Order: sequence, then C-alpha cells, then structure tokens
Amino acid sequence: MDLRFTEREDAFRAECREWLGANVPHGLPSGDTHEGFALHLDWERALFEARYAVVSWSEEYGGRGATPMEWLIFEEEYYRAGGPQRVTQNGIFLLAPTVFDYGTEAQKDHILPRMARGDDLWCQGWSEPGAGSDLAGIQSKAVRDDDAGGWRLSGQKTWTTRGAFCTHLFGLFRSDPDAERHRGLTYFLVPLEAAGVTVRGFGRLDGDEGFAEVFLDDVFVPDDAVLGEVHQGWSVAMATTSVERGLTLRSPGRFLAAADRLVHLYRDRAEVADAADPTLRDAVVRAWIDAEAYRWQTFLTVTRMTEGDNVGSESSMTKIFWSELDVRIHDAALGLLGPDAEVGDNLWMKGYQFALSGPIYAGTNEIQRNVIAERVLGLPRR
Amino acid sequence: MRFAFTEDQIEFRDAVRDLLANECPPSVVRLAWDNADGRSGAAWTALAEMGVLGAGAPEDRGGLGFTALDLVLIAEETGYAALPEPFVEHAVVAVPVLPDTAVEAATAGETLVTAALGGAAYVPYVESAGLVLTEEDDALVLVAGDQLVIRPETSVDGTRRLGWIEWDEAEILGDATALAAAFDRGALGTAAQLVGLSRRMLDLTVGYVQEREQFGVPIGSFQAVKHHLADARIALEFARPLVYRAAWSMSEGEPDAPVHVSMAKALASDAATLTSRQALQCHGAMGYSFEYDLHLYMKRAWALAASWGDAAWHRARVGRAIL
Repeated sequence: MDLRFTEREDAFRAECREWLGANVPHGLPSGDTHEGFALHLDWERALFEARYAVVSWSEEYGGRGATPMEWLIFEEEYYRAGGPQRVTQNGIFLLAPTVFDYGTEAQKDHILPRMARGDDLWCQGWSEPGAGSDLAGIQSKAVRDDDAGGWRLSGQKTWTTRGAFCTHLFGLFRSDPDAERHRGLTYFLVPLEAAGVTVRGFGRLDGDEGFAEVFLDDVFVPDDAVLGEVHQGWSVAMATTSVERGLTLRSPGRFLAAADRLVHLYRDRAEVADAADPTLRDAVVRAWIDAEAYRWQTFLTVTRMTEGDNVGSESSMTKIFWSELDVRIHDAALGLLGPDAEVGDNLWMKGYQFALSGPIYAGTNEIQRNVIAERVLGLPRR
Repeated sequence: MRFAFTEDQIEFRDAVRDLLANECPPSVVRLAWDNADGRSGAAWTALAEMGVLGAGAPEDRGGLGFTALDLVLIAEETGYAALPEPFVEHAVVAVPVLPDTAVEAATAGETLVTAALGGAAYVPYVESAGLVLTEEDDALVLVAGDQLVIRPETSVDGTRRLGWIEWDEAEILGDATALAAAFDRGALGTAAQLVGLSRRMLDLTVGYVQEREQFGVPIGSFQAVKHHLADARIALEFARPLVYRAAWSMSEGEPDAPVHVSMAKALASDAATLTSRQALQCHGAMGYSFEYDLHLYMKRAWALAASWGDAAWHRARVGRAIL
C-alpha cells in the first residue's frame, strides 16, 4: 500500500490544475436551457482542443490514455477549479463505454471522435411513460425492414435529459415482441434529425427545460445503428447502467468540491448558524467526512479494478452513497443559509433541486438497494 | 497510489481469521460472560504462540516490527470474532511502546497489558492485567498491577470487566506526543474491530433472513428487510477504506494522521451502531433473545463505539481541524 500519488500522477495533477485554473469559465447560465447549452458547448470544445474532454480515452479517439487514477485526479481538479456541469456527459460517460465494449471498429471510428469533439451530442433514451424503474417494460418497437436494410422505430421516450438540445439518442427498443421481457430488446443509435422524430422539451423541477420527450413515428435507421447484437440490448444496456451507477457519472471530485464549498459557507456564517442550530456544525463535518469516505472507497475500488478484480453490482452502493451525500450537503447548506435559502438565484437552492434528482435517476435508490441485497448480500429475489 | 494490502498482510490476516474461527467461536464469547475473568483462555494463548500479541514490538525486542497498517486487518478479525480480550489495548496500543523489561512477557501472553487513555474513566479487563498503560500530567505512563487500587464496574458487554483505577507510582514511558500517538493507535484499532463486528452482525443476519420463513417465504425476500441490510452494507463499504487509510497514515507518520483516525473511528462507530440496529430488527424476537448469539456482537459494538472517543467526539476533532 502506498497512498502517495506517483510523480507521474502529481505531474498530471499539476498540469490539469494550471490549465483548468486559467481556462475554466465561471458564471455560465444553466446548461439545461437553450442559451446555456450553447455556451457550455463552447467550453466543451475548448476542453477538447486542450485534450481534456475525454482524458481516459486513447489518443486515437481524442483522449490521453489516462489511467483510471489519473482520470479521478482530473475530475478532482476539474471540480476544484469550479468547472461547470458537463453537458456532454451522457455520451461520454454512459454511451462511450458501451461503444468501446460492444461497437464495431467502424462504429468506434465514427462515433467516438465526433462525440469527443462535441459534433454529435447524445441523450439517453431509456425511460418511457410506462417504463421507469421497471426498465424491461419498454414498449417502443423496432420492426425489421429487410428491403431497406434496417429497422423502423416507433414509440415514445421521456424524461430524456437535455433531449431538446442533443443531436442523437441512444436507447432500447423492443425488436422481438414474442420474447421474454428482458430478451427481445435491441440497443439503437438514432439521429434526432431522422424523418419521423419529434422532440418536445419540458421543464424539470427547477423549471429549466432539461427534460424532453421523444416521439418516434416509423423512423428508419440502417443496420449499423444497432449497438451490439440484435435482441441483446438488455445486457448491452446493463453494462452502461452499471458504469452510470458507479463512479464515472459522479466521481468523488464533485462532492469533495461541494463539501469544500460547504465548509466555506459555514465559516462565513458560523456565528449566526451556530446560534440558530448547533447541529449544523456537525452536519458540515459529517458531509466532509462522507466526501472523504467516497474518495477513499473509490481509490480502493480503482486499485482493485486495476489489479483485475471485477466490481459489478457493488457500484449500486456507490450510487446510493453519492446521491444521498449530495442531498445531505445541500440540506446542510440550506440550513446554514437560514431565511436566505429561499431568496433570489442562490446556487445552493438550485443545487438542492438537482441533488434531489440523484436518488431517482440512474435507477432509483430503492432499486439499487434491491440490487445490493440480492447481488452483493445474496438474498433471495421475490 | 496503490490502495491495497500486500500478499503477506492478507496471508497473516487469513491465518488469524482461521485461528479465531477455531478458538473463538460464539460459545467461547458466551462462556466469557460468566467465567472468572471475562476472557477467552485458549484463544489468547494461541495468538501468543502465533506471535500476534507481540507483533507490534520492534524486531530487536522479539516482535515482528508490525506497523499500524500491519495490525489493522488483525484487529478487524478480533472484532469479527468478538474476541473477549483487551487485544487493541495490549497488542496495538501498549506493545509498541513497552520497555524492554516488559515486552517479552507481553509477547508471550504471560503478562496482560491493558490501557486507558484520552480521559477514559474505566479500564477494560483491569483485574487480569499485570500492567496498565495510562496517562498522568500529559505523559504516557505504565502502572504495575500491584500499584493499582481498583473499583470494579460492569459493562453492557459481560466480558468486558471494567475498573476505575488509582495508583501511586508509575513509570513514565513517553511525552505528550507519545501519549497522543498511543491514543490514536487505540482509536484506530477499535475502529478496525468495529468494522469486523459490523461484518459479523451482517453475516449473521444475512444467514438468518434466508432461513427464517414467514408468509411461506424467507423474510430476506421482502424489500423492507433487504433495504435495512443494504443500508448496513453501505455503511460498512464506506467506513472500511477510511480505517485502512488512517492505518497507512499512522504507519507513515503523516501529520494529519490524527484527523484520519478520527474520520475512521467516527464512521466505524456509526456503521457498527447502525448495523446492530438493522441486525436486531431483521432478527425480530429471535435477536432479542439472550440465548441467541447476536447480542454478544451487538453489545461489544455498543461498548467499543463508545470507547476511545465516540463518533461525536471524533467528529468534533475533525471539525476543529477543518472548520
């Protein structure tokens, strides 16, 4: 065991810190609005030009071939510098790992560099009006069109994050209506400009148009729009959701930075806050310790992964921990703000509303607790 | 950065695990509730023979030169077994700083050494102890058993025979720095035991809910039960890395090691307390029965969660460092 970073890791951190410190934009409007999304894209492209957009990818696709540890270091530095939300995250962190694992060479060569550059912007088409936690209840259909050499897609996706601003959707469609629920699904890559696609944005809890519903009416896509094998979409998608639940979507750096901001907020308001509610100080300390715990649990996990251990369902523990930590951090901040919590454009109230989505998206925490009980602890399924 | 133990450390841990599985099953812990000294008997002798008790002593004094990092996994196993001994006090806190004259007997298990630091009022297993490591005027001191005036006290854990002590003469072993380091070794070792206890209570409960049937099915198939145990498993998952990290920091003499120890003890205490609640609830009336083993582990967890600084004490120490 050696918990010091290597010279190479320290050098990489220093390089990231210098560049991010000089280049991170501050005060961008929400990336979940039309105006804000465009400004975030400028930032994403600047990241790409400096080869920071996808550090863990190999160089041929626009990355740096960074190790998992270096990727964590980049994330720590990104959020430490106050870097904004990554509006390209659903492509980079959710679709790309699946393309690396299941894509053909042609798919990789076409999809990944365009994604890294921000030419194609991907949204996730999992949820449907009738398929949320019960994801296998997907009804959207894919019908084979042999004459045209492809598939015809019909149905409705919803709660699609930033769907109104993206150019492409990755999602699951029922390709074999006679198969058992988890079988008979196929993973498709769909350009949103294709004929028959209608996208309608709608507001999230905070009012930003960060959600969309996507209607597909007999949309033709060619055979190379299939990722992985036909009818194997469930297992292909599960590989993605496991990544999403785990550390890539929300690495420790984000929460270390949030806990640090919370500490500063406490220092600014300690006198008033301690008088109003003496437990707030303890809440701040708890949040800070928990962010540290997530950081070290991740280093432990990454070491295990690097040495060949398989971490699968354990990522459900990570997802629950960071999502509930995020709520606790914001709870504490609102407590410190007291009557100011409701006022104006304060970022903590905005962040609180976003934090509340964490226990819901990427598989609700209730579903994750079932996964932990059944696959980590080995308890019987119903 | 490599956050993993060496093969040697894992092998030693496994050997201790096997030894304790044989020598310290629940029946031994239960027996210790009612015997004269609250202790394990053969398990302690076996640990001495294996070299575990003196492992923390320098090699030139007959030990193995084990650091806090080498000892942390072993302490965790003694927690898992609820070994009814002052293992942390003896092997983790005292042995590394005992004078030459005392090391040999402590290593052989002939002299039991216990400890009370950080303002602790009660000393565990003090009536069996030949030596007590404690504090006086900001110094780390060693008191011989025959110098002690002991006022016995009971613990919620029937094996932990406590005593409030007074003494006349003590040997000074170290200054305030040595005293602080000894306290941190105790908090760290206890945190590791709490991690082990959490694992044990979780294992017991995961086993029970798969066997116990109600409404014609194992109660472990019910979501409410699953979610209780998932929460305990999560608490364990995130406490354990902080314990190992604190062990590394102590071994390396990192300046922030005391803060790391406090984070570890706070989360380990909370994890064990939560796990005891979930374990009891999932066991229902069975867990509430004195004849059933769960309480042996729960009560040790409660006692240790409150010892060497409870979670609130350690969070306050973290708070002073960061706020």
